Amino acid sequence: MVASIDHPVRTTSRRIIGDEMIVFILMTAVLAIVPMTGIYPFFVMQGLCFALLACAFNLLLGYGGLLSFGHAMFLGTAGYVCAHALKVWDVPPELGIGAGVAAAALLAVVTGVVAIRRQGIYFAMITLALAQLLYFVYLQTPFTHGEDGIQGVPQGRMFGVIDLSRPDTLYYVILGGFLFGFLVIYRAVNSPFGEVLKAIRENEQRAISLGYKTDQYKLLAYILSGTLAGLAGSLKVLVVQNASLTDVHWTMSGEIVLMTLVGGLGTVFGPVVGAFAIIAMQQYLAGFGQWVTVIQGVIFVVCVLTFRRGVVGEIAHYFKRSL
Amino acid sequence: MSINLQALSAQLLVGLINGSFYALLSLGLAVIFGMLNIINFAHGAVYMMGAFCAYFLLNIFGIGYWPALIIAPVLVGIFGMVMERTMLKWLAGLDNLYGLLLTFGLALIIQGVFQNYFGSSGLPYAIPDELQGGINLGFMFLPIYRGWVIVCSLVVCLATWYLIERTRLGAYLRAATENPTLVRAFGINVPRMITLTYGLGVGLAALAGVLSAPINQVRPLMGADLIIVVFAVVVIGGMGSIMGSIVTGFALGVIEGLTKYFYPEASNTVVFVLMVLVLLVKPTGLTGRAV
Repeated sequence: MVASIDHPVRTTSRRIIGDEMIVFILMTAVLAIVPMTGIYPFFVMQGLCFALLACAFNLLLGYGGLLSFGHAMFLGTAGYVCAHALKVWDVPPELGIGAGVAAAALLAVVTGVVAIRRQGIYFAMITLALAQLLYFVYLQTPFTHGEDGIQGVPQGRMFGVIDLSRPDTLYYVILGGFLFGFLVIYRAVNSPFGEVLKAIRENEQRAISLGYKTDQYKLLAYILSGTLAGLAGSLKVLVVQNASLTDVHWTMSGEIVLMTLVGGLGTVFGPVVGAFAIIAMQQYLAGFGQWVTVIQGVIFVVCVLTFRRGVVGEIAHYFKRSL
Repeated sequence: MSINLQALSAQLLVGLINGSFYALLSLGLAVIFGMLNIINFAHGAVYMMGAFCAYFLLNIFGIGYWPALIIAPVLVGIFGMVMERTMLKWLAGLDNLYGLLLTFGLALIIQGVFQNYFGSSGLPYAIPDELQGGINLGFMFLPIYRGWVIVCSLVVCLATWYLIERTRLGAYLRAATENPTLVRAFGINVPRMITLTYGLGVGLAALAGVLSAPINQVRPLMGADLIIVVFAVVVIGGMGSIMGSIVTGFALGVIEGLTKYFYPEASNTVVFVLMVLVLLVKPTGLTGRAV
């Protein structure tokens, strides 16, 4: 990190950041003109929420090597709290989003302390079990309205002036939220903190022997990931105007994993591509009922057996670039 | 608080039955993890396949409960071995998270296919004539079939424990778990042992499925939620010891049953809450081998 400017390693990493910047600007430009193209904005907004969710998940698995099989709990918790705040407490949307994010952050602190006590496969099982625990809690507590969920959540006016019930306005607010989360993750991954995280992924024992308190790094990554997943959950409530049990169910956690895997683990843009691919697939195949589950299963199997780099990972590998 | 002995013992019985399924499933997970170093996410799906297999045998071929108790686990076990040979085998040497993801995908496929053809509702499977009725124990009424499930799974669990801990084959297995390369150098066909081990673990799950068919009905998603509870059981017990899995499985079933009596609202969550407590007190799990 303190290498001098003319150091060869430094120049390489500079070029890589250049590549990523170009792709980022392209992505932002494409997303910014969506409302003018006639593409169904609802679909893109949903995609953006899931893209942010998958990016947050990727921060943990792709860079920290921690597979959370319960990330739906952050999506669902933030969603319920945000929806409850907007509908029952009647707060403005910015406070509703904040409440959802705060709830997810709190949940991440509590579950993180428990989950990071074990590594690898156990971490996955523990996060899955914690999410299932929360699923049953939400099934029984009155404020979530059980099977019905919280319906008809008002979108309201942000800061008193921005009317979120207008689709175009809402679109740019969601896009802003997504880009904010995306850049936070990008900054974290390319910071000294991110470097230590990658070191832990590669060899935790060695990172410990170098004097890093790896548990603290992992916990911080987990909290950051959970909080940003909560942001995705809050934004999603503004888009779909409801919060329901499907967002806390283990199938949702599985979909998050699938999106990231398809796009490319440990790549910057992979989760975005993966999220849009999976959402589009669900949209187009909605008429096929349970076959969608089967197809998702097949994609899992194919990705793990032959396509472990994912779409963006393969492209990056082909051009020998980091994306 | 007065205790209704009748209701309490009824819940304890349900707890013991669930405990026997937890034990059979976590035992299979532990055996598979020992040899293949993967967590078999498809375990709930193969449990469901065992129950469906018994259902098909009865309704298509007219083969009753007793033969199905053997045939279904064998058939599903063979299915598992085919999965191992064609897919899981290729994951050797990769991070074991890939094994979890692959078997999760397989579980989605299996459950999705069954859901397509059988919906989400349950199909009935009759209790065999020999096990109909019940015995009045004075303080409670014990349906014979339920007693049979507990005894049968206990015997199978102990037999598996004996096979792995006390026989020559089990010694090979344990040796191959520690150091597969060395065991291969001694002329033992380790890849075949791995396949057979996966078949054994899957067969145990299928057996649990057959046993549960007359109690819980045959449903495509019967294993989907169960497997998550079994994961928590495995985290609590640790996968280092066979006997540990068996004891933890039964014990958690009983605790769940007691919760159903004393505080029913928490009966769905008690195993997960216990998992959290165990992780806070003894992160390596009760039987304690760190992974």
